[in-house]
Amino acid sequence: MKLFKKVPEMPSDDLSINRISKKTNAVLNLVFLLWSLACVLPLALVVIVSFSSEQSIFQNGYSFFPSEWSLDAYRFFFKLGDQLIRSYGITIFVTVVGTLFSLAITAMFAYVLSRSDYAYNRLFTLLMLFTMLFNGGIVATYMVNTQMLGLGDSVWALILPMSLNAFYVIVLRTFYKSIPLEIIEAARIDGAGEFKTFFSIVLPLSKPGLATIGMFTTIAYWNDWFLGMLYIVDQKKYPVQTLLWSMQNSLEFMKQSSANALEYAEMAANAPTDSGRMALTVLVVLPILLAYPFFQKYFVKGLTVGGVKG
Amino acid sequence: MKQSAKYAGGAYNKAGFLKTFKKNLPLTLMALPALIVMFLFRYLPMSGLLLAFKRFSVRKGIFGSDWVGLNNFQFLFQTSDAWVITRNTICYNVLFILMDLILAVAMAIGLSELLRKRRAKIYQTIFMAPYFLSWVVVSFMAFSLFSVDDGLFNHLLAYFGFQGVDWYSEPGKWPFILTFFQIWKTIGYSTVMYISSLTGISNDYYEAAIIDGATKWQQIKRITLPCLKPMMIVLTILAIGRIFYADFGLFFQLPRNSGPLYPATQVIDTYVYRALKETGNVGMAAAASLYQSIVGFVMVVGANLVVRRIEPDSALF
Repeated sequence: MKLFKKVPEMPSDDLSINRISKKTNAVLNLVFLLWSLACVLPLALVVIVSFSSEQSIFQNGYSFFPSEWSLDAYRFFFKLGDQLIRSYGITIFVTVVGTLFSLAITAMFAYVLSRSDYAYNRLFTLLMLFTMLFNGGIVATYMVNTQMLGLGDSVWALILPMSLNAFYVIVLRTFYKSIPLEIIEAARIDGAGEFKTFFSIVLPLSKPGLATIGMFTTIAYWNDWFLGMLYIVDQKKYPVQTLLWSMQNSLEFMKQSSANALEYAEMAANAPTDSGRMALTVLVVLPILLAYPFFQKYFVKGLTVGGVKG
Repeated sequence: MKQSAKYAGGAYNKAGFLKTFKKNLPLTLMALPALIVMFLFRYLPMSGLLLAFKRFSVRKGIFGSDWVGLNNFQFLFQTSDAWVITRNTICYNVLFILMDLILAVAMAIGLSELLRKRRAKIYQTIFMAPYFLSWVVVSFMAFSLFSVDDGLFNHLLAYFGFQGVDWYSEPGKWPFILTFFQIWKTIGYSTVMYISSLTGISNDYYEAAIIDGATKWQQIKRITLPCLKPMMIVLTILAIGRIFYADFGLFFQLPRNSGPLYPATQVIDTYVYRALKETGNVGMAAAASLYQSIVGFVMVVGANLVVRRIEPDSALF
C-alpha cells in the first residue's frame, strides 16, 4: 500500500470512483473563488485608490473605477520624502540587524538545549518554558524598559524585546535533536571545540530550519508597528509601519517632520490626503508582496515542522 | 547520558560544581546571549508588576513609588470597565475559536477534495496571503471599504438608493466586522495546519470504506473528521488557554481608535494600553495587566494539563 502513495500518477481504479462529482467540484470552486476575491480585492482597492486623483475620490469615493488616474500621491511622498526615507531606513535597519541577532541567539540557545549531555539543560529549558506561560504584560514591561533599561525612544527598543521567541527555540531544538550525537562526538574526538563543532558542522546541517525561522522573524520585524508606537517618542524615528499608523487621522505629521516646512505649506492646500495614505500603505506592503511568492513555500514547510515538541 | 547524571549529582559539593561548570563552560557561553536577553526582557519586566500595588511617580521610580495596597484593583473593579473588557475579550475569543475551527476544517476538506490539485495549491496560496499583512495595513484596507464619506460600501449603498451607514460610530456592526477580518487574516494559516494532518490519513481507510459502499459524505463523517479530531482538540484547547489575551492589533487598529465604538471594541489589551499611554493612569493599567497575566497563566497551565492528557506530544510541558 505504501508503494501506491508514492506513485500518485497511477491512482487505483477504486480511488478514482471515489472522486467528488463534477457538480460538487464546481460548487466548491465557486466558494473558493469568492473567498479568493475577498482576500485580494481589498488590497486591489487600496492600490487603485493610491493611483486615483483627489478630484476623482471627491466625486466617486474610493472606487475600483476612478474617473481620473494620478501619480500625485506618490509625487507628494517623493517631494517631501525625507521622513519616508528615514522611516524606511529605520525599518530596514531593524529588520536586518534584528533578524541576524535573533537568529544567532536563537540558534545557539536551541543547540545548547538540544544537547542532552549539557549539565544545565533542564534548568534553562524550564526557565524558557516559563516565559511562555507567564509574562509581565505591557505595563510592567514598558516601565522596566523605559525606566530601568533606558530604551525609551531608542532603536534598540524595536529590536531587543522581540529577539528571543521561545516557540522558535523549541522548533529549532527539535530540529537539532535529529542530528545524530555520533557526528558531534566524532568532531570532538577530532579535536574540534564546541564552537567549532557548532559553526562548521551543526549550523550547515540546520539550514532549512534556520531559513524558515529567519523568514518568520524577518516578517515580524518588518510588520512591527507596536513597539514603534509604544517606545518611540520622537516621530521622526518612527519605522514605516508606525508612520503609517500615525497617518490614520491626517498627513499633518509630514509637515512637522519635513525639513522644508515652507514648501509643505505651499503644498498643504492641495495635499493628496486620501490617496496619500493609500500610497503609503502600498509602499509599506510592497516588499512583502514581492517576496511572498518566494517565501510561501517555506512557510508551509515550516508549519509542518512547527507542531512538534522534543 | 550516564555522564551527565554523574555530573549533576556531583554538583552538590563545591569542587564537583566547579568541575561541572568548567566542563560545560563553552556551551554555557553559547547560551549566554539568549540568557541575558531572556533575563532583561522576560524576567526583569516581571518586577514591574509591583506597580499594580503602587502609585507610580516618575521621580521616585518603580521601586521607590509609594505603596497603595489594593487601591488600584478597587478602582478597576468598581467601574463597569473591568466587566466590559473581560466580557468582550472572552466572547470575541470564543467566537473566533468556533468560527476558525468550523471554517478551517471545512476549507481543508474542501480543498483536498478538489479535482484539480494545482488549483487547490493556488487557492491555498491566496488564502494565506492576508496572514502576512500587518494590522495597520489591514486597517487601511478596511477604511477604504467603511469610510463614511468615501468608502466603497457607502457609495454602493447610495448607488442602490439606501442611506449610508456611519460605520465608525455604530458599535452594533463591529462584532461582525471584527470577526470577519480576524477570520480573513488567519483562516489560511489554520487551513494549512489541517491540510497537513489530512495528508497523514492512510488511504487504506478510504479504500476499505469504498468497498463497503460508503458515500463521500459518510467517509468524511466516519473517517476524515475522526482522524482530524486530535488536531482539532489540541488547537482548540491551546486557543482556550489564550482566551484572556486579545489580538491587540485587531482591536486597536481596525476601529481606528473611535471612541463611540469602545463598548464593542475595548478588550483587556487595548484598555491597558490606553490607560498607560493615553490617560496616563499607570496604577490602573498595571492592575488590569496583572489581572490578565494571572488569569491568563491559570488558563494556559490548565489548557496544557488537558492537552497533556489527550495528546502528550502537543503539550508545551
